Amino acid sequence: MATGTEPPATEPHPRTGGVRTGTRAAIAAPHLRTDRWWLAPAATAAGLLAFVVYSTWRALANADYYAAPYVSPFYSPCLAENCEPMKAGPNWELFGSWWGISPAVIILIFPLGFRLTCYYYRKAYYRGFWASPPACAVAEPHATYTGETRFPLILQNIHRYFFYAALLVAGVLTYDTVLAFRDENYDWGHMGLGTLVFLVNIALIWAYTISCHSCRHIVGGKLKHFSKHPVRYRMWQWVGRLNARHMQLAWASLVSVAVADLYVYLVATGVFDDPRFF
Amino acid sequence: MSVVDRQEWDVVVVGAGGAGLRAAVEARERGARTAVICKSLFGKAHTVMAEGGIAAAMGNVNSGDNWQVHFRDTMRGGKFLNQWRMAELHAREAPQRVWELETWGALFDRTKDGRISQRNFGGHEYPRLAHVGDRTGLELIRTLQQKIVALQQEDFRETGDYESRLKVFQECTVTRVLKDGPRVSGVFGYERETGRFFVLQAPAVVIATGGIGKSFKVTSNSWEYTGDGHALALLAGAPLLNMEFVQFHPTGMVWPPSVKGILVTESVRGDGGVLRNSEGKRFMFDYVPDVFKDKYAESEEEGDRWYDDPDHNRRPPELLPRDEVARAINAEVKAGRGSPHGGVFLDVSTRMPADVITRRLPSMYHQFKELADVDITAEPMEVGPTCHYVMGGIAVDSDTAAARGVPGLFAAGEVAGGMHGSNRLGGNSLSDLLVFGRRAGWHAAEYAGSLADTRPRVDDVQVDTAAAEALRPFSAEGGEPAGGPPENPYTVHQELQQTMNDLVGIIRRAHEMEQALDKLAELRVRARRAGVEGHRQFNPGWHLALDLRNMLLVSECVARAALERTESRGGHTREDHAAMDRAWRNVNLLCALAEPDDALPVTEAVRGQIALTRETTEPVRPDLLALFEKEELVKYLAEEELYE
Amino acid sequence: MSSYEARFKVWRGDVRGGALEDFRVEVNDGEVVLDIIHRLQATQAPDLAVRWNCKAGKCGSCSAEINGRPRLLCMTRMSVFERDETITVTPLRAFPVVRDLVTDVGFNYTKARQIPAFVPPEGVGPGEYRMMQEDVDRPQEFRKCIECFLCQDVCHVVRDHEENKPAFAGPRFLMRVAELDMHPLDAAEESGLDRKRTAQDEHGLGYCNITKCCTEVCPEGIRITDNALIPLKERAVDRKYDPLVWLGSKIRRRS
Repeated sequence: MATGTEPPATEPHPRTGGVRTGTRAAIAAPHLRTDRWWLAPAATAAGLLAFVVYSTWRALANADYYAAPYVSPFYSPCLAENCEPMKAGPNWELFGSWWGISPAVIILIFPLGFRLTCYYYRKAYYRGFWASPPACAVAEPHATYTGETRFPLILQNIHRYFFYAALLVAGVLTYDTVLAFRDENYDWGHMGLGTLVFLVNIALIWAYTISCHSCRHIVGGKLKHFSKHPVRYRMWQWVGRLNARHMQLAWASLVSVAVADLYVYLVATGVFDDPRFF
Repeated sequence: MSVVDRQEWDVVVVGAGGAGLRAAVEARERGARTAVICKSLFGKAHTVMAEGGIAAAMGNVNSGDNWQVHFRDTMRGGKFLNQWRMAELHAREAPQRVWELETWGALFDRTKDGRISQRNFGGHEYPRLAHVGDRTGLELIRTLQQKIVALQQEDFRETGDYESRLKVFQECTVTRVLKDGPRVSGVFGYERETGRFFVLQAPAVVIATGGIGKSFKVTSNSWEYTGDGHALALLAGAPLLNMEFVQFHPTGMVWPPSVKGILVTESVRGDGGVLRNSEGKRFMFDYVPDVFKDKYAESEEEGDRWYDDPDHNRRPPELLPRDEVARAINAEVKAGRGSPHGGVFLDVSTRMPADVITRRLPSMYHQFKELADVDITAEPMEVGPTCHYVMGGIAVDSDTAAARGVPGLFAAGEVAGGMHGSNRLGGNSLSDLLVFGRRAGWHAAEYAGSLADTRPRVDDVQVDTAAAEALRPFSAEGGEPAGGPPENPYTVHQELQQTMNDLVGIIRRAHEMEQALDKLAELRVRARRAGVEGHRQFNPGWHLALDLRNMLLVSECVARAALERTESRGGHTREDHAAMDRAWRNVNLLCALAEPDDALPVTEAVRGQIALTRETTEPVRPDLLALFEKEELVKYLAEEELYE
Repeated sequence: MSSYEARFKVWRGDVRGGALEDFRVEVNDGEVVLDIIHRLQATQAPDLAVRWNCKAGKCGSCSAEINGRPRLLCMTRMSVFERDETITVTPLRAFPVVRDLVTDVGFNYTKARQIPAFVPPEGVGPGEYRMMQEDVDRPQEFRKCIECFLCQDVCHVVRDHEENKPAFAGPRFLMRVAELDMHPLDAAEESGLDRKRTAQDEHGLGYCNITKCCTEVCPEGIRITDNALIPLKERAVDRKYDPLVWLGSKIRRRS
């Protein structure tokens, strides 16, 4: 009987297509939304694009990334021989003299990979760039869709490895922030506006990293019985509260890392001197 | 003969709420091939609206609780009119039924030591209601729905067909129970989606269609509650019991108008909410009736202490049985001390911190925020009585849930009468569904199995007559000698609701009920002329036109029985007979069709269709009576009952 | 506040075709869209088909699309619209239409059947179940689901790609898998059923690209993506894509 819960015995309609085809209600419009649904994906795309342009320029510039005691987060740790010398700084010459291009490229792959496979950024660029979907209940312009079931998008599943790497990078950036409590002569116990910028940045980087969905899973989400693991349960709850703000933290840390880099650039190019507090 | 799809099943369950699904699970587990028919989609039944919990004396929170205490509370709540054997079975079996749900995947709220948490509720001596926040009904329905799917998966593994032994026919309406002589032979119905008719042949039919609230204007019930099962039983020759007892839930929303009647769960009061009138007074202290005087707090301080220390204090009178609270609110509003929209104030905002409110009453918070733009953590709710439940129903055998006089007909849940007496306690409905749903499924399967090859046969004439009856709204105009345009079924329905609300509502008077009977006679004539436009495919006007027959039948039962019972008891309050009368304690009123022959369409619409008979109930078993103090029994039982 | 006349466009038709029909209809204080649809039925279009039941946001029957957004008709108050706005109501656009605002949601019932049911633990009888509140909190959030199927309707995986329907269970039923996998007493694993793996292999978890529309439309406010789908993806990673976890479980099993 048609109203049973079984699927209809015969499927007269085509097995492909979307809202405008087959047995769906005959409505010609791809969507009927009357609000400004395009605003969010457009803003997201614009914001991400701006960061990509800026960071590409800065990462490939291979210049003006160090103004003692500050090192740009794009270039930290600096792992090639062609790095600018930084006293006690995060430069270890793991890559020899053969590395000719910007040393930022070596290290940026990790934070980039972390953000690229991040569950929030995935949503952001799938919607903003891929239009898959552009917004809820707005038809997407693709004929087929397989999501993250096959290569290359199946690689999104390695997000947790980038998370581990991101922890290391965040550790190095924390070290950089400690070093920022020196002055330009490497004397300890000083603080400038740059130190403050670095402090804010590292706080946001950590908050973003810790609020990661993979992190939430690893600290406790994978457990079946929280009651048997009270400490991990507490950690899971705590990460969960941060995780609820993952999107905000993703944007805030993206901006702060760019600002920290810009600050180093401006000081390094002599646009202004780092104002010292003490 | 009309061409209708026919299928053969062992047991057909009409209704897919808690009782229907529980019956279906039981019948299938006992080997009967079982079909379930429901008007809505599978899993949308009105049971989802139940909020508070399932009453079962598990004693998880207060170990003093046991089935005897639960039985006692149930009898007190029903003012001793309950079919005592049902109340006993219910109290004894409820814990098993709740625990069983857990083995099917239900997740109730927990106590500190990991058992099922239980909450306080009106009329229950101990915290007794197993619950999930305030969405217990949803949990119940979903669990049963998933159990059905689990059984279907089992059948699929064995037979390759999910529906070989258990099938849900969703969005279908049954309009007639078919009979072979005195015995049930199947059901006749239509698919709402296509309008096509169908017949399910089956020797056993379980009716589990719920209540009758849609005959009243202000109700917490959904559109499905048109008294279908009551009417099906009547038309099949089974009597209805004590239909005058209709529960008006004390707290329904009163504003905005479009949601008037939607339920505000009793847990609001169980968890600390208080009722105030426009003068800010907790008026319930003035309305504690004599029979309950020693069980309820006399001061606000004592009532407030009870929430934390229930062993040494008496409970606040906000937790009196529903009929008492509903009448009290009615009286306050009448006395001019009501809220702006004609209710009273129910306040939790000054009693609990906001986060506790949103955690314990999430769906109430949601409901008021979304529907009335009221933030219950910051301001009081406005509430008033709303038609909620019918205690009366199909007269059944207590142990087997078999309807009287019609072999093969069973009934469970709200549609069955007797269990709750004159007034149902909150939380007892969900346990009722499970206990008697199971019993109905069990005995239906057993009955069907016992027939072997002497199964009743479906009579083609009955099928044709039922089809003609169902098609009448499409040709309403032509068939009537009176002429004139056909009636709009929506208009007839609205007038019926207004009539029942105004004339057979919370407070009843003889002359008003007589007036109501006249009006019902007029509406019956007009309902016969109700016509519809369009075709049979998903046509709501047509569906309503067919449901009108049921609502009118049931409304007449309510009005006639209410007129007959010259006392006030539980869900039946007479202004002209304001006191409870012990002489009525053991009197049941039975409604039956006035002309019980099998002449299917009732032609003489103006004449009353219902005949009323009185019946003296069986005395309460002595060991059950012994659970009560003598002083208490004196208030309820007639002298001769006491000294038997 | 008083009553006013609103302009509505309601899709009417069936599988053979249909169109948006214009209506002018009275609106009163405090009403929701479903009230207006009912007024249309009672006064102008008695055979206008609409599915509804509780009218209190608890049963999930009256799902439709209002101004292009999947919503419950009974939980959308008229006060959220401007008085001069034309309000468009259509059936759910991811499912076959039956008539007017009613669609065939059979897809969801088919999917529900494909998720293996709760497996009760062996040797634990009724009444002996012990579960801690902190352990049931997670699955309880998912059990708030009223099965309105708005998430199933909005999910572009099937909404825009009919061909994905056989392979993809949809947010509601992937959430059901997550619910069972997080149930403190579900004994599926002991019975040889790996819900984490089947989520990916049999129920199409990989199709989800976590664009969160399911969460956006959920009338119960369930955080489907963050609390069910992503944790389920991470659990699938444990089984299928994380060599360390895989190695760890092998070693643990051997010792």
